[in-house]
Amino acid sequence: MSVVTKYVLFGIDDNTLQAGARRVEEEFKRELKNAGLDDEIKVVETGSMGIIQKGVVILVEPDDIYYTEVTIDDVKEIVNEHLLKGRPVQRLKFDGKVDKSVVSFRESAQEIKKQNRVVLSNSGVIDPENIEEYIAVNGYEALAKAVTEKKPEDIVEEIKESGLRGRGGAGFPTGLKWSFTAPLDKKPKYLVCNADEGEPGTFKDRLIMEGDPHKLIEGMAIAAYAIGAEKGYIYIRGEYKLSIERTEKAIEDARKYGILGENIFGSGFDFDIEIKIGAGAYVCGEETALLNSLEGGRGNPRVKPPFPGQVGLWDQPTVVNNVETLANVPSIILNGHDWYREMGTEDSKGTKVYTILGHVNNPGLIEVEMGTTLRDIIYKYAGGVKGNFKCALVGGAAGAFIGKEMLDVKMDYDHLGKYKAVLGSGAILVMNQTACIVDMLKNTLAFFKHESCGKCTPCRIGNVHLYNMLDDITKAKGKEEYINNMLTLAESMQQSSLCALGQSAYLVIESATRYFEDEILEHIERKVCPQNVCEMK
Amino acid sequence: MSEKIKLKIDGYEVEVEKGATILEAAKKAGVNIPTLCYHEDLDPSAACGICVVEFENKGGYQRSCCTPAEEGMEVITNSKTLRKRRKMIVELTLSNHHVDCPSCAADGKCELQELANHFGVETEAMPSVLEDKEKDKSSVAIERDPEKCILCGRCVEVCENIQTVNAIEITDRGFEANIDTPFGYGIGESPCINCGQCIVYCPTGALKEVDHLEKVWDAILDENKHVVVQEAPAIRATLGEEFGMEIGNVTVGKMYAALKRIGFDAIFDTNFSADLTIMEEGTEVVGRIKEGKDLPVITSCSPGWIKFMEEYYPELAKNVSTAKSPQQMMGVLTKTYYAEKEGLDPKDIVSVSIMPCTAKKFEAQRPEMSDSGYQDVDYVLTTREFVRMIKEARLDFKNLEPQEPYHALADYTGAATIFGATGGVMEAAIRSAYYLLTDEDMDSLDVTPVRGMEGVKEAELEIAGSKLKVAVAHGLGNARKILDKVKKQLEENGESEYAFVEIMACPGGCVGGGGQPYHSSIAMRARRGEGLYKEDSELPERASHHNQAILNLYEDFLGEPGSEKAHHLLHTNYFKRSVLTGKSIAKATGAHEKHLEKAAE
Repeated sequence: MSVVTKYVLFGIDDNTLQAGARRVEEEFKRELKNAGLDDEIKVVETGSMGIIQKGVVILVEPDDIYYTEVTIDDVKEIVNEHLLKGRPVQRLKFDGKVDKSVVSFRESAQEIKKQNRVVLSNSGVIDPENIEEYIAVNGYEALAKAVTEKKPEDIVEEIKESGLRGRGGAGFPTGLKWSFTAPLDKKPKYLVCNADEGEPGTFKDRLIMEGDPHKLIEGMAIAAYAIGAEKGYIYIRGEYKLSIERTEKAIEDARKYGILGENIFGSGFDFDIEIKIGAGAYVCGEETALLNSLEGGRGNPRVKPPFPGQVGLWDQPTVVNNVETLANVPSIILNGHDWYREMGTEDSKGTKVYTILGHVNNPGLIEVEMGTTLRDIIYKYAGGVKGNFKCALVGGAAGAFIGKEMLDVKMDYDHLGKYKAVLGSGAILVMNQTACIVDMLKNTLAFFKHESCGKCTPCRIGNVHLYNMLDDITKAKGKEEYINNMLTLAESMQQSSLCALGQSAYLVIESATRYFEDEILEHIERKVCPQNVCEMK
Repeated sequence: MSEKIKLKIDGYEVEVEKGATILEAAKKAGVNIPTLCYHEDLDPSAACGICVVEFENKGGYQRSCCTPAEEGMEVITNSKTLRKRRKMIVELTLSNHHVDCPSCAADGKCELQELANHFGVETEAMPSVLEDKEKDKSSVAIERDPEKCILCGRCVEVCENIQTVNAIEITDRGFEANIDTPFGYGIGESPCINCGQCIVYCPTGALKEVDHLEKVWDAILDENKHVVVQEAPAIRATLGEEFGMEIGNVTVGKMYAALKRIGFDAIFDTNFSADLTIMEEGTEVVGRIKEGKDLPVITSCSPGWIKFMEEYYPELAKNVSTAKSPQQMMGVLTKTYYAEKEGLDPKDIVSVSIMPCTAKKFEAQRPEMSDSGYQDVDYVLTTREFVRMIKEARLDFKNLEPQEPYHALADYTGAATIFGATGGVMEAAIRSAYYLLTDEDMDSLDVTPVRGMEGVKEAELEIAGSKLKVAVAHGLGNARKILDKVKKQLEENGESEYAFVEIMACPGGCVGGGGQPYHSSIAMRARRGEGLYKEDSELPERASHHNQAILNLYEDFLGEPGSEKAHHLLHTNYFKRSVLTGKSIAKATGAHEKHLEKAAE
């Protein structure tokens, strides 16, 4: 019997797959066999390692060495030099300066403790397609504890006490949401997981599903038990192929293990999950539009009230929660609300998963405590800015710009709210001095214009006018009154639109004009784009 | 007992039932919060956002059309901010609207025009973002102008949920969102049944009838043409309101006077042929009851309902009376009996009807509606077109001296005039069927259980010792309830509990027709119906079989009800139609032809 001495872990997500991870993996297996190492060194697939835009990513354990942008041609060298002779290939090694602090990486025990990883604790560590690996890291223990030892109302109370708030963007207290539906007698009730992640620059839910689908399933089962639902749906956007595959497999495996289905853990609690695939409309991430779409109808937002908690899917009481929100649930149940409350700030407990993109040295996925400053996120975890920091668009298109003077703002629901910004989905788009704010705004408005469902007059027509004004400005046709007109119109839209989509333009326009009025005026008055980005003709 | 709640609207306390919206509460407090997409008869679509209100004791803005009033709420309906918001929404809407007020069919009735006017909005406050969009002229009855559509969603709501026809739907997203028919084939090749409820509920002029007015004027002013006209029962109960009179005022004498002034050569009345319909249909009902064959008999006067049946319930075609509608009976008599009597060449006759209905335009051009050898009815004017005609002729309608029609083909009874209201055909038929079965008149001619605005009405009658159950439905969503029940009973037991069923496509019956003035609400329809029942109660004869002119017509020309000649001229067949395109696929019945063959033997 041979002894396994090393593991080669492949980070498999949509990015690495596109970079050819599977072909590199095949080559690796072949080379190991050729070298006679295949008994001793195992190739294992895992979820995202949190490093994106860096091609195929692998980790050699226990050496703790990451290689990025690995191609088929590199395989022979890694096998011969590193695995056979013990000399790591320096040219492919990932920049060691930041790897330890990017939380989704596999870190030392000490690092894990310091970071309090909750949602991403298993991502990039276990094989997401192997239920036993999940079980081995205390997976499904929280569910067992919940259904066999606790009453549904205790679970609702526990989540309420934990201070967990919705991670989809709005930050509504999760326990409170559950407490509206849990006591209702109307049956059936539904639990819907919103995995229609559409906010530009956000892909945290995708990586959670790709990296640790069982955590989501466990969270859903606990939530369903708490509110009295026997049926759950995961509404995943169609582009998330790997998320769909892995979640599908996880559901099947969970059924085989008796974790989903009838009489779970002998408790008498029945619950099963079905996946529904979205067709790519941004507005379907809005919970009532999502429900319409789930029912097979046009994805238009519904009038609220009544809220889905009372009248939801097929007019039955329905709780809609985001992927990240649900992925927080097992740890809270397992470790208790006091443990959870230790992390975060006064009103925002726990951790937050961010996707950070743009002009940073290490774009990727990170999970840090609520209240971590924007400065720390950018400089400590994302490797700092390429060039000079100009601003960050936080919260996606539906978010707001944060300028230099606000770098030390604590990132949580309430602190950001005070400064007319939002945490939103946790997307952080960092821009350096080369980015033009008018261009950014125009792109954002093009997005809103395109993604409006068209139901509501302020959003449907208002976004067109906002876009047209910005388009004029980029073509040296802007008028002085435009800044004021845009603000007034966007504010009107905020106050009279039915759903968050129509209400969103205001924040981004208001924050842009607050920090960069001069830059916009340059475009309008002097007909010059200081960054030389806009056409100006 | 429903729970009451108290709230304040602009400082005025008001008590409403729990569940009432802020909009309704405000109305009670004397404030009509401005609305654009909202209509009292329809579920709020909450599309426009113009009805937003603020709150004294909490922040935020809510749409009053769909937000329930709550105990202790302090609502503000007018503030500096709200004024700005509302103006902005009207400006936005106008910036994507073909502003064509002077020549628009909805001028003076347009809710957008009214709001713009009330708020002092300048048409060009915002640069136009309107894109060129083609008009949908594919239908013979209804025309759509997408450039005037403000996407309020009312037409879709009424087509989908009130009428359950599903001819139109909102397609595409964002700024490209628009209202379209299945596969974009156009209304003329859609399941549209031409009921025109979409027009009546349209806040702007995006929907209107296919205009026949110009052609009618041309005919009238052509010396070589003999132009005859018939007017539906509902017309006389509607015209007055369009000329400053009370809703429901029956203005039959003024109507005839206006027609004379306009220059029609002969004035008939559809009420005459409504009485004739009762004679034919009543005879058919009595015959089928006696034979116990193909019951229930279902009425056939509503052309919207007929097309709906041909699409969605072709298996019930054999149950539908073969009698033509009053419009078509009058049309065929005009070019046969009347032409013969007056020594006119039918090809010189132009037969015009004035109808509260857009589906009548479709019915008139059905190929089979030509038993005179010509298209029996040439042009159909809606109430709206006729009102324009009176206005163009510059007639002071309100002060016109009432006049008599020109011909005996205008004599009618009370039974005919109530055809215009839901339950009217049923009541008229019962009055005569009773007579046909018992040889005597009912003690009281009023059949009140079938009157009123209830969506589905039922009654059980005892005639000549046997019990007959009848049902009345108006609005096709309501019709489905009865039809599904009948279908199920026929499938399971081979017979239905009903002997006779009246179905009218439009809510309220013809007084609520798709050719009626824009914004005819259910409440207005009810008042017009009451006007017709009042006229009925005041007429000397109230049962069709007592119409002497009808009896003369049978003696002179048709023989007896249900005779071969009557069948040839006054009855028809139905088709099975595609639910996607509305096109006929096959003949659904041959009942009328079989009858003719049998007579020929």
